[in-house]
Amino acid sequence: MNQSAWELFWTSLGPIVHGAIAGTIPLALASFAIGITLALGLALMRLSRRRWVSGIARVYISIVRGTPLLVQLFVIFYGLPSLGILIDPWPSAVVAFSLNVGGYAAEVIRAAILSVPKGQWEAAYMIGMSHRRALTRIILPQAARVSVPPLSNTFISLVKDTSLASLILVTELFREAQQVAAFSQEFMLLYLEAALVYWVICLGLSSIQSVLEKRLDRYVAH
Amino acid sequence: MSPTDPTDPTDSTDRDAASAPGALLRVRGLRKSFGPNQVLQSVDLAVGRGHVLALIGPSGSGKTTILRCLNGLELADGGTIDVAAEVSLDFGTPPSKKQLAALRDRSAMVFQHYNLFPHKTVLENVLEGPVVVQRRPKAEVEAEALALLDRVGLSAKKDSYPFELSGGQQQRVGIVRALALRPQLLLFDEPTSSLDPELVGDILRLIKELAVEGWSMVIVTHELEFAREVATEVAFVDGGRIVEHGDPKQMLRNPKEERTRQFLHRLLFPF
Repeated sequence: MNQSAWELFWTSLGPIVHGAIAGTIPLALASFAIGITLALGLALMRLSRRRWVSGIARVYISIVRGTPLLVQLFVIFYGLPSLGILIDPWPSAVVAFSLNVGGYAAEVIRAAILSVPKGQWEAAYMIGMSHRRALTRIILPQAARVSVPPLSNTFISLVKDTSLASLILVTELFREAQQVAAFSQEFMLLYLEAALVYWVICLGLSSIQSVLEKRLDRYVAH
Repeated sequence: MSPTDPTDPTDSTDRDAASAPGALLRVRGLRKSFGPNQVLQSVDLAVGRGHVLALIGPSGSGKTTILRCLNGLELADGGTIDVAAEVSLDFGTPPSKKQLAALRDRSAMVFQHYNLFPHKTVLENVLEGPVVVQRRPKAEVEAEALALLDRVGLSAKKDSYPFELSGGQQQRVGIVRALALRPQLLLFDEPTSSLDPELVGDILRLIKELAVEGWSMVIVTHELEFAREVATEVAFVDGGRIVEHGDPKQMLRNPKEERTRQFLHRLLFPF
């Protein structure tokens, strides 16, 4: 790389990292937090003995997983205004990503709850716990351990998927890179730079994941 | 340490005490089906205070289902369960949550596979029921739990997680967890079946001590020698009904029913 390319790399790193810190990361964190809450509710609905309750969750999950995230994003940002519902770019993105994570993580959480042995429910009932208390104090903590690796993957995917928000005008990592690229016409450099920053973020997340797994593994045999 | 309703065990020589009006547990006409498979036909039994009832029988006979019905882990389809004068459940109509909670409150179960909570330490396993569910003062329960753990030789393991313990140690924690609930009735579901043979004796000795102290118990077991020595009454379960019951020393030596005889013979002479 020549001198001017290096200079461009360093000067554009500022806006790109700013896009990551002010856009990508908070967008991913907010969407993940809301999405996981939604997913827990959906997972419990899926496990309900009432047919219509589990049916609603099943249909929701099927729609979310069966349609492209980009289409979901466009329906919310460009589609809803024709129904008179105008949502700003940022909240639109949070809504779309949350609904999406909710659908995917619901299946992960459901599988994790089902993976806890039946004897754990029975021991919880035996000591006098209600269903709700058995779930929150005995089953979910064990399910959490099982679901950390797949949910970490969901989160890492989400971080990368937030780049789609650039298409609904959210100022985040990729949109910052696009703007510098359009201005400087150095597309290869800027898009590789954006890729590099995403990669560094995901490397960080992977190491947090392994720390978390070790912490949660403290009570199981190796 | 003593059960909530202490009874002098030497007082309970009367073999018919179980069927006397003062029985702690009384079960009548208990029925249970899983789909088309009727696992309990019509079970009647009674356990007097301070008595030990051993349920023996082939696997699939329904003896574990009886025990699970007593703790409300299975809902019987019909029949009644009465515990002391306080809890009376008629399964002709499905019991309310409150009734079920009352039934569970009177008994505590020790599981074949221990079912300790793997994400909680030994002490937390024991405290969970009394502190979180029964809302008893933590300091008081903790002192009691530590005394119980000390008694079974596990006070040094109070901060260990279940996976760090041997099977025998886990089962001792399982027993302490049950005792800490201060139940009127202890239920044991094949408590030594998952243990290495050399660890079985420790657990049986502990259960025997509890029997001598006057705890009322129902034990599902394959250990005939143990049933003979510890139980005040033994019942042979086969095909979802109680085929024969009586004094363990007499019945195990000289059963009246042919099916009991066959079962005992097979257990005593496996090959």
